[in-house]
Amino acid sequence: MSEILIEDLNVWFGEYEERVDAVKGASLSVSKGGSFGLVGESGSGKSTILRAIMGLAPTWDGRMEVGGEPLGPKRSRTFYRKVQMVFQDPYASLHPRHSVDQVLSETLSLHGFKDIDTRITKLLDDVGLGPSFRFRYPHQLSGGQRQRVAIARALAPEPEVLLLDEPTSALDVSVQAEILNLLTDLRDEHSLTYLMVSHDLAVVGHICSDIAVMQLGEIVETLTIDDMRAMRTQHSYTKHLLESSLLGAKLA
Amino acid sequence: MSVTKPSSQGLRAWLLADTPTSRRHAKLSVVYQSWLSFKGNHMAMFGLGILLFLVVIAAAAPLLAPQDPFIQDLSERLLPPGSEGYILGSDSLGRDILSRLLYGSRITLYIVTLVAIIAPIAGLFVGTVAGYAGGWADVILMRITDIFLAFPRLVLALAFVAALGAGIENAVLAISLTAWPPYARIARAETLTIRGSDYINAVRLQGAGPLRIITKHIWPLCISSLVVRVTLDMAGIILAAAGLGFLGLGAQPPSPEWGAMISEGRKFILDHWWVATMPGLAIFTVSLAFNLLGDGLRDVLDPKEGKS
Amino acid sequence: MSNLLDIENLWVKFPTRNGIFDAVRGVSFSLGKERLGIVGESGSGKSMTGRAILRLIRSPGMVTADKLDLEGVDLLGRSEKEMRGVRGKQISMIMQDPKFSLNPVMRVGQQISEAYRLHAKVSKSEAKRKSIEMLEAVAIRDPERVYNMYPHEVSGGMGQRIMIAMMLIPDPKIMIADEPTSALDVSVQMQVLEIMDKLVKDRGMGLIFISHDLNLVSSFCDRVLIMYAGRVVETLAADKLHEAQHPYTQGLLNSLPRLDAPKDRLQVLQRDPAWADEPSVSA
Repeated sequence: MSEILIEDLNVWFGEYEERVDAVKGASLSVSKGGSFGLVGESGSGKSTILRAIMGLAPTWDGRMEVGGEPLGPKRSRTFYRKVQMVFQDPYASLHPRHSVDQVLSETLSLHGFKDIDTRITKLLDDVGLGPSFRFRYPHQLSGGQRQRVAIARALAPEPEVLLLDEPTSALDVSVQAEILNLLTDLRDEHSLTYLMVSHDLAVVGHICSDIAVMQLGEIVETLTIDDMRAMRTQHSYTKHLLESSLLGAKLA
Repeated sequence: MSVTKPSSQGLRAWLLADTPTSRRHAKLSVVYQSWLSFKGNHMAMFGLGILLFLVVIAAAAPLLAPQDPFIQDLSERLLPPGSEGYILGSDSLGRDILSRLLYGSRITLYIVTLVAIIAPIAGLFVGTVAGYAGGWADVILMRITDIFLAFPRLVLALAFVAALGAGIENAVLAISLTAWPPYARIARAETLTIRGSDYINAVRLQGAGPLRIITKHIWPLCISSLVVRVTLDMAGIILAAAGLGFLGLGAQPPSPEWGAMISEGRKFILDHWWVATMPGLAIFTVSLAFNLLGDGLRDVLDPKEGKS
Repeated sequence: MSNLLDIENLWVKFPTRNGIFDAVRGVSFSLGKERLGIVGESGSGKSMTGRAILRLIRSPGMVTADKLDLEGVDLLGRSEKEMRGVRGKQISMIMQDPKFSLNPVMRVGQQISEAYRLHAKVSKSEAKRKSIEMLEAVAIRDPERVYNMYPHEVSGGMGQRIMIAMMLIPDPKIMIADEPTSALDVSVQMQVLEIMDKLVKDRGMGLIFISHDLNLVSSFCDRVLIMYAGRVVETLAADKLHEAQHPYTQGLLNSLPRLDAPKDRLQVLQRDPAWADEPSVSA
């Protein structure tokens, strides 16, 4: 049974003449414990799918299911305990006036946890930050440390599904490696299901086993990572993407 | 004193520590760092100094004033500054201008404090609700704001005072009622940019409701720009209060409100310049102090300037 | 003097509350008619180096160097007015995001013409002719139409090509490109780079290409400087990147996920504090 199921999803912004279709007839399915990647260029609608699942894109139709339960127009708090999201830019996803402690304790108390102190220490430890980071503010943290805090926040309600929206694109390559390693470790430790969005095929290829390629709001092709590595692709756009991202790597 | 020196250095290091060890520690070190960057702005410190001086004067007015501000002595009327017993001269009823100015600072502070509390809070409330809710709530609240903005401030205040009756409390109320709309505008504009940010989305994804998001996440970010704006507006508010006093609609005689004092001195302005000039200088100094302070606060608090 | 640019012991300092922060620490290199890449992570001082050459470091930041010569003539001693003649005309710079570099309320063609007329005394119609020629040179189809468009009407890739046209039109000797393609999609990146490459080659210019992307730089430049903590830790011929000796360069290369060579765990860069203290390598 699939953990995330999306069938014929349409997402649009604005109405009538101003309507812009961001996602057109997208279907995908992620098995429990699996990792699925959405690749595409900016404006291809890949992040919009994540936002629609999280209830941040209000106008959509089609069918979305998480854990076998169909999603309606509103998300409940129990949904948010099960599904969490990590945003692209750690410089924009942390409140500038809230310390790490405030961010995590608010999240924990919203989900009704009691033993907040011990949980914060555990969460910081899980994402590789020591207790000394607990009372720091975002401006006292590097980009990689901020993204670790954002991941800790997403892990706080002990979710089963994590949606990752370009989690490393704002980071330096050496920090990217650290975060990608952290994400693979966490997936194993907490048996998480990942749905990841990225423009970087190599990053998606590192984390995910199945990949959907998006162009102009549509999923043009879904293939496994092995097919992708072997360039077994049907669609010319996928081929084009593969060629442009392999070009740099080949020379090295 | 010899003990405080090493410990104050220890305190400084503690406040500038990179790794705070408790919630209180983290809060205090943020405050201390803002203070350090504020302290670097000499004009703002000068403004803050004047205002602290004003507060001290207001608190100690009975001790400092050489005479009772209400006692009239018609034999000593309109004495020039420097006369014996009247350092800044006396007014048309023989009252000591210095003593009246000292007592008048209490009224000025009273007005300023009340307006500075009422107007921005009202504006913050209306602006953030309109900005966060959007839709009809936004349209209705902002059109009400526009109606208030469409009148010249003093004229609207005059109308309120005329309806409510003259007096300091009503003047405060009238000024507040005319002062809140710009704050609502600012708060709404800030809310609109904050609303779409990822850190607000992130708390929404934890199931936080609108009330929590507005009060805990949006307000703290709006308040700094409001504080700056209020401080910069304070000069205008003092002038509006003085203007109402001048027109006889604010503080009533014999109250030593500075605007009312200028109004009384108006009749003698050609022959006895000091009667109107002394309170005028007082208003000027305090307004300037607020402006300098506001400029300094903007450098410290406004997240758009400074660190980027 | 065959070198376009000679830099010796360049420092960029910023006074802060906790003392002086050195963003660039004793960087030396020279540039001929070649493509030189500067690679580093954020905070390595690579962008500051580019800005320091054009003396674009704002006060209270300070630039010092034993030598900062453009074709054998000193740049540091020049007045701000003289520097304005250098910027654009002799050395031009392309920034990361065309959205912030183009004036949003001015037609793109007008902006190119104006940039040209700032340095060359020509008539308006001549400037327009030249601008359209330049737009054609950066592979823009229908340049007449694009000439009359506003920046918001063009895509990111096209915007960056327009920026290249604008920067190349006064015929500078050196171009500094600071992350010129990081705001663009991968498929557009290559196109923009190819255009830039061709123009730089044809005109015999020197190029300083600043980027965080080691692979991109190596596929595109002749020589690469690797910067870490304000210093140059290693300098390499671009095609010898895999022979990198410095652990930092090796670490950077190995920390990249590779589509063609999958591995379970990525190698994490172990930073050695000693790297920051080693003397800067000159190139």
